[in-house]
Amino acid sequence: MQGRIHSLESFGTVDGPGTRFVVFVQGCPMRCAYCHNPDTWEMNGGTLMEPSYIIEQYERNSAFYANGGGLTVTGGEPLMQIDFLIDLFTLAKERGIHTCIDSSGIAFNPDNSSQREKLDKLMGLTDLVMLDIKHIDPEKHRDLTQQPNTNILKFAEYLNEKHVDMWIRHVVVPGITDDDKYLYDLGYFIGQFENLKALDVLPYHTMGEKKYESLGMEYKLKGVPAMDKSKLLEKKQVILDGIRNRRKESTNQN
Amino acid sequence: MKPIETDFVRGKWDKEVNVRDFIQRNYHPYDGDDSFLAGATQNTKDLWAIVLDLQKQEREAGGVLDMDTKVVSTITSHGPGYLDKSKETIVGFQTDKPFKRSLQPYGGIRMAEKACSDNGYEVDPEISEFFSTHRKTHNAGCFDAYNAEMRACRSSHIITGLPDAYGRGRIIGDYRRVALYGIDRLIEDKQEQKDSTGRVMTDDVIRLREEISEQMVALKMMKEMAASYGCDISNPATNVKEAIQAVYFGYLCAVKEQNGAAMSLGRTSTFLDIYAERDLKNGTFTEEQIQEFIDHFIMKLRCIKFARTPEYNQIFAGDPVWVTESLAGVGVDGRHMVTKMSFRYLQTLYNLGASPEPNLTVLWSTRLPEGFKRFCAKTSIETSSIQYENDDLMRATHGDDYGIACCVSSMVIGKEMQFFGARANLAKCLLYALNGGVDEVTKKQVGPKYRPVQGDVLDYDDVVSKFVDMMEWQADVYVNTLNIIHYMHDKYCYERAEMALHDRDVKRYFATGVAGLSIVADSLSAIKYAKVEVIRDEDGVIVDFKTTGDFPKYGNDDDRVDEIAQWLVHTFMTAVRRHHTYRNGIPTTSILTITSNVTYGKATGNTPDGRRKGQPFAPGANPMHGRDTHGAVASLSSVSKLPFKDAQDGISNTFTIIPGALGKEDQVFAGDIELDLNK
Repeated sequence: MQGRIHSLESFGTVDGPGTRFVVFVQGCPMRCAYCHNPDTWEMNGGTLMEPSYIIEQYERNSAFYANGGGLTVTGGEPLMQIDFLIDLFTLAKERGIHTCIDSSGIAFNPDNSSQREKLDKLMGLTDLVMLDIKHIDPEKHRDLTQQPNTNILKFAEYLNEKHVDMWIRHVVVPGITDDDKYLYDLGYFIGQFENLKALDVLPYHTMGEKKYESLGMEYKLKGVPAMDKSKLLEKKQVILDGIRNRRKESTNQN
Repeated sequence: MKPIETDFVRGKWDKEVNVRDFIQRNYHPYDGDDSFLAGATQNTKDLWAIVLDLQKQEREAGGVLDMDTKVVSTITSHGPGYLDKSKETIVGFQTDKPFKRSLQPYGGIRMAEKACSDNGYEVDPEISEFFSTHRKTHNAGCFDAYNAEMRACRSSHIITGLPDAYGRGRIIGDYRRVALYGIDRLIEDKQEQKDSTGRVMTDDVIRLREEISEQMVALKMMKEMAASYGCDISNPATNVKEAIQAVYFGYLCAVKEQNGAAMSLGRTSTFLDIYAERDLKNGTFTEEQIQEFIDHFIMKLRCIKFARTPEYNQIFAGDPVWVTESLAGVGVDGRHMVTKMSFRYLQTLYNLGASPEPNLTVLWSTRLPEGFKRFCAKTSIETSSIQYENDDLMRATHGDDYGIACCVSSMVIGKEMQFFGARANLAKCLLYALNGGVDEVTKKQVGPKYRPVQGDVLDYDDVVSKFVDMMEWQADVYVNTLNIIHYMHDKYCYERAEMALHDRDVKRYFATGVAGLSIVADSLSAIKYAKVEVIRDEDGVIVDFKTTGDFPKYGNDDDRVDEIAQWLVHTFMTAVRRHHTYRNGIPTTSILTITSNVTYGKATGNTPDGRRKGQPFAPGANPMHGRDTHGAVASLSSVSKLPFKDAQDGISNTFTIIPGALGKEDQVFAGDIELDLNK
């Protein structure tokens, strides 16, 4: 099945382990205030591409990705195009390519059995999911993204059940997602998962602002400063504390 | 040559001049990391502070601190110069004091005069008179022989940057020979070479005999120059300090006599490591001392300076010397050639701080040891001062003892040399093809009066056919101009010091070069895949284009246009190969304008790809700025498709990336390792 693609990037260094071929899919239901790819929101835009075409592009330069890198699908929201992902990753796994999905988890619907069936299949082809949890608090999450986080958190549980390696990503925005209480809660929540392999805490930057301007869109975080890198390390420690405490508790219970 | 007394592993090298054999039998590959390295000593810090102060003074003085206007520079023309004699472990300056630029009029007296006058100095009138009346220069020789067409091509910049008024450079002496054999043996060897020439005195034999004699004079002068610093280099070096000093003296002689466009060092680190390993084992020197010697050596290389004009500096975007040193690589026997000394050279970027000179070039192979790769990556991120070249590609042609001259020109050290040939402006050639040889800027008839394109919309096949004809003409004028230049350079500005450190029979590469590759590729792609209408001025000369529709652009791993680029390189090289070359040089071409692309752009009109008149070309084989939209790998992939066999003098790609885009800062994120929750 064809995918609706925003663009292809041949030299991705921040979207998963190693050097990666990155597929940006078109279409996302989230409206994160700090999203730096608002041009990938629209569901009907983009270019239709065959999975085989994308794999061909990857293979042309596979030497660059061979040493610990691979293929990452991000967006947009990849899980809006599960059928396409299954086809793409089937071809990738036939060639031994490391596969990674960078997702917000928003498309996950625990009550939809046909989706579950497809997801089960997709997860069998996926080496790593990078799950971006925007906010641990349901209300604050809604404020920030205009969507609830219930299914996103359930998606993390689902990945754990499926034993799919998971990285948690979290963007720290000054004044919005830097409250220690919520950061600790986030850590405490993800601390329960055995499939958690890494924590990727990202500093908010203002480079997306220009894009909004050029697209004629309102930028909701106007005036919010970029996140200070040294402070970011402190914030990361708060999340790590949450993870550690949760793990200690579960060890003690055992 | 009588055998050398030595405790190194013997081989061919102790009976004949054969540095590679010495290296292969004696070097120790190093697989470890950078933890053994030593920092800067107090003496190093003190000396470097003096250099920094001189650099500051030089900047404040407008770019030049001092110039010699009275003494013509030769190997022995100047007495010794020092920063602080008591602290320097490796000594030697081009003149009698640091930062004083030497007077080198053999390339051309007018250039030497202008370099002085532009910087507020005046060449001694007696010297001007002597080199105008009694002693001809390379520059004067070239203009005596040029024809009108050559002069027209030169001034319209369809052929550009020709080394007819300055030193051609690009010749690397095997400076290691001075350390390994000592001057006396090298002279003895040269005498044998001279005695071995043919007895029938043809032009070639006469020239060779005269050249070898010049080389022997240079060797004697090297000894004399070293002696003025209190060093005896008659015999082989006995330890690493002497070896470094001897190598440096060899190099210093070259830069005392040649103000070349690139004066590269060669491949010295693994050679020197052999001495260092022995000294460490015998307790002769400590790691800290050896690093100090290297720091002082590199410091000296950073002080190499030439008298140049502002125009020259404009072409090369600054005042570069291209003291290129080639590090690492893999041997033909499969052992990598990384030694501790490879690390020590890079360590100078920490001990002395980042610097573009010497141009430390890592001959990269996938088979280099992990510890070295990591150190390279770290040093690149922290200093942005390392150049990388593909050893796996070049080793196939040159083996494992080649070095890089300038930025990409590869040659086997002491066995091969190059006649540097600047470049042909292919973008302008395309415009000449459209306009029947009329220059789009000056409106003069420079090229042959071929039929210009007719009609308002460009037809791909018609343009390609006219362009091929025009390239044939361009290659013809270009190669013949270079023939004159190299004939005259050999005659009036011969590199005796560098050639004294070569074999008798050297392989000569006849280097040409091209500029504007990506512009022509994109222009032809536009003509083929979009609609390009021409706009003529009142004289009927095509001066602009209107392009409708999209077209594939070079730099996106798109074969439709990348194949045009490949075809272009191959077609130009084929045209070059058709011609006789001076001294039967082997023609090569390069795609490597790293800095001069700005100057070439200024002299070239609007092009069909949408580039405006005067806009810079992309450097080297780079895609045009902003047209590669699929990320770095796709961009590099387009470049990597260019055929090396048709561009054996090198293909350069300037790659700039902010460290953040290379991956996360390691304090913030380092993948799985970071999440050590058991702590």
